[in-house]
Amino acid sequence: MGVVTPARSNLVNPAADAALSRALNDELADKGFVVAQLDKLVNWARSGSLWGLTFGLACCGVEMIHCWMSRYDLDRFGVAPMPSPRSADVMIVAGTLTNKMAPALRKVYDQMAEPRYVISMGSCANGGGYYHYSYSVVRGCDRVVPVDIYVPGCPPTAEALLYGVLQLQKKVRRVGTLVR
Amino acid sequence: MEPINELGEHIARASGAADAAYVRLGELMLETTPDKIIALLTFLRDDPKCLFKQLVDVSGVDWPEREKRFDVVYNLLSLVHNQRVRVKVATDEATPVPSAAPVFSSATWFERETYDLYGVWFADHPDLRRILTDYGFEGHPLRKDFPLTGFVEVRWDDVQKRVIYEPVKLAQEFRKFDFLSPWEGGVERVLPGDEKATKAS
Repeated sequence: MGVVTPARSNLVNPAADAALSRALNDELADKGFVVAQLDKLVNWARSGSLWGLTFGLACCGVEMIHCWMSRYDLDRFGVAPMPSPRSADVMIVAGTLTNKMAPALRKVYDQMAEPRYVISMGSCANGGGYYHYSYSVVRGCDRVVPVDIYVPGCPPTAEALLYGVLQLQKKVRRVGTLVR
Repeated sequence: MEPINELGEHIARASGAADAAYVRLGELMLETTPDKIIALLTFLRDDPKCLFKQLVDVSGVDWPEREKRFDVVYNLLSLVHNQRVRVKVATDEATPVPSAAPVFSSATWFERETYDLYGVWFADHPDLRRILTDYGFEGHPLRKDFPLTGFVEVRWDDVQKRVIYEPVKLAQEFRKFDFLSPWEGGVERVLPGDEKATKAS
């Protein structure tokens, strides 16, 4: 364990980046404008600023916090933690949803503005998990709100939630549309 | 710090409200009845040899085979003498236990919890409501005759636009793999780790 600074990341190709920006620059200098498809532009903007409503209900909530901390740092994907449903795009249901909490969860979901997405994080939120046969637990938060991404695990690692967020970005880019 | 068996003898002699005092697993236990519990708790709080000024917890135990099926258990702590004591009162669904709230103000929420989960009544409690379970919940979940899965489940109804309650429907029954459970079969078994408990006391 330790801080490893690779000389050159294999995720980013500086040569290709430079070539792309040079091409863009040339086109801008030549024509004075750049053409893009509006829906793609909108989807790019949407997937790049998915503000997350932090609905931490149990131990998964701690793992969700880790996801925003320095090692994985969800902020760099434009996913900022939001305490208010009004300004959030994606609700991360992290933890056991009880019968008593279910109306409150739905109320918060209803307060979110369209387009809105839900990530169900952990076994309990996915299908009741360990508490599936309990008298007081909802057997999956998809009984109360529509879910876009299910992240398995008990609790899922911060890395798994990060993967779920990236899958949601992919989904937004693929199915996102301007038409409601 | 007084030895706990001497303390137990002192409480049984001086309070006049304890039916039994004994030491089990190195811990002092007292037994009494609902009509004497307030006198005993007041004695334990005020007697200079006791000074159990903290009520740490009030909980319950369900013994379905007993006529008085519930035990109400009070755990007390004395910071002055570094002692703990446990007081047990037996009762049933119909017999109320006087609330300990006038003696220990912390008792109010503990008694609400015991009422919520076991259905033990506390007389003269300032606000005896449910504290943990759902609003409008029926039944007392920690009773042994309460089914694990309960009676209702919730879901969002898209037509009524609200969360509704329905009779519980399970895709698969709950399966038990714990064949050593003391609640099953009525066979006396020594569970792993329990042999330590029988040696002491």
